[in-house]
Amino acid sequence: MDNNKNWIDQRFPLTKVWNEHLAEYYTPRNFNFWYFFGSLAMLVLVMQIVTGIFLTMHFKPDSASAFASVEYIMRDVNWGWLIRYLHSTGASAFFIVIYLHMYRGLLYGSYKSPRELIWILGMILYIALMAEAFMGYVLPWGQMSYWGAQVIISLFGSVPVIGPDLLVWILGDYAVGDPALNRFFSLHVIALPLILVILVFLHIVALHTVGSNNPDGVEIKKNKDKDGIPKDGIPFHPYYSVKDIVGVVVFLMIFSAVVFFAPAMNGYFLEHANFIEANPLKTPDHIAPLWYLTPFYSVLRAIPPMFSSQFPGVVGMFAALLILLALPWLDRSKVKSIRYRSAPYKYALGIFVISFVYLGYLGMQPVTPTNALLARVFTVLYFGFFILMPWFTSIGKTKEVPERVTGK
Amino acid sequence: MKRLLTMTAFVIASLTISFSILASSGTKLDHANTNINDEKSLQNGAQLFMNYCSGCHSISFMRYNRIGKDLNLTNEYVEKNLMFSGNKIGDQVIASMSEKGAKTWFGTTPPDLSLVARSRGTDWIYTYLHSFYKDKSRPFGVNNHILTNAAMPDILWKLKKNQSTEKFDSDVRDITNFLDYVGEPLLN
Repeated sequence: MDNNKNWIDQRFPLTKVWNEHLAEYYTPRNFNFWYFFGSLAMLVLVMQIVTGIFLTMHFKPDSASAFASVEYIMRDVNWGWLIRYLHSTGASAFFIVIYLHMYRGLLYGSYKSPRELIWILGMILYIALMAEAFMGYVLPWGQMSYWGAQVIISLFGSVPVIGPDLLVWILGDYAVGDPALNRFFSLHVIALPLILVILVFLHIVALHTVGSNNPDGVEIKKNKDKDGIPKDGIPFHPYYSVKDIVGVVVFLMIFSAVVFFAPAMNGYFLEHANFIEANPLKTPDHIAPLWYLTPFYSVLRAIPPMFSSQFPGVVGMFAALLILLALPWLDRSKVKSIRYRSAPYKYALGIFVISFVYLGYLGMQPVTPTNALLARVFTVLYFGFFILMPWFTSIGKTKEVPERVTGK
Repeated sequence: MKRLLTMTAFVIASLTISFSILASSGTKLDHANTNINDEKSLQNGAQLFMNYCSGCHSISFMRYNRIGKDLNLTNEYVEKNLMFSGNKIGDQVIASMSEKGAKTWFGTTPPDLSLVARSRGTDWIYTYLHSFYKDKSRPFGVNNHILTNAAMPDILWKLKKNQSTEKFDSDVRDITNFLDYVGEPLLN
């Protein structure tokens, strides 16, 4: 055994990598349940790739047969229903896990120096994941796949000057059709997963360079013992590898309950209208993307057209996403964790979360005068959180941050 | 921790309440009360569907032998009693009427009903089949309350006329149940 290990170590840094990233990678000892979601996101990514491989074996990326091929997978392929439901539920689970993972970052200031790059890489991951999910949703070629794609892709047509040409370039046609389906399939199964995997790798490399933050927002590397090991640190393996397994078990219990008993989640994970094949001649009364994209869809609809162009709304929607990248520099507070933050930050974060959830809800509803007004109010609050952040993070009294982690 | 939980509970409660106030109320539908594990109901529904519906409507994602297997009917029974179109027991259930004929006679092609229970829901199917009323201005003399100007005639009128209301309701329920099963055969 040792001989084999030496043989490999002389040719590949196996032991070195194992120690640096697992056995001797020191992590704060006070992680709580919020720290499950990073490893869960990796689990879901792997699951999406594995189920995706099997789906690709049976799916036909052709506008004439895509819809039927999905039902063929559901009915005639052995265990096809399971593979399909794991994949479709996995998409929603991915976003649930990622939103909680990002919220953890907001709670404990994990984006603050020296972890700005981790946050930025994570945000690019999030945007890539949205693109991946959007294109995946087009593939079953149901009514919502088709009309959702039509609405979202037509946004590019509103770009001044180059818009119309850009649209044709993206679609390979004048409307969403077979060429679009084919290229979305290519992007969904090759390009974007590749980008996601590379970004995950970079995200983790950046994390392991600076080390994890923790619920107290204390830098454990400031307190080391005589061997240079952080006093509040414990090796990732076996301590957190075992702890993460608990998270995985709980996650899989909930996840499999959804897969086996409510895979459509009453229209939230698989929309009812998507069980009707795409029909370019029949516009549905109400077009809404899946729940994880609706907060941004709401922002898009909330901003009125200006100079008879929809472009401001499109800018608003992308701004709502990209403004998250600036977060590490908008936050002026000296403390990281919500435990020691000032009251104004706590209220602002609360309002932000409510605005985000509300925008998500409104994005699923048809536009009514009340809904439109509410969407505008919450859009203003959403942006207000970021624009006013330098102000409300520098006022108010913060609590004293302890020298060592508290273990609470 | 306790305060966090109370806060979360409060936020969730207030969001739910405000969402339910905002939620638009659509057409009121009757409850279908179907039970996908009720084999007798599914068998009756299959028979009614094949007799009254399959002339015009396909359920192309369903195969005859799959119906037989799931509803505990032998292949011979299915071939003899349920198979009016198609040659082989493994064939998909395709309507007898041609698309061209449908366009000429009804002005449109009747939709494939494989997934109607998943897109419209069982309550909708149940209510729809109950909602025909006399309307002389329409080609077939009937119109529908929840699908205005439906091209479909009231195909179940004979069932409605010759049976008690309870029996008719239960027949419609069985057809709805069968379509629910067809939408997701796995659940049976």
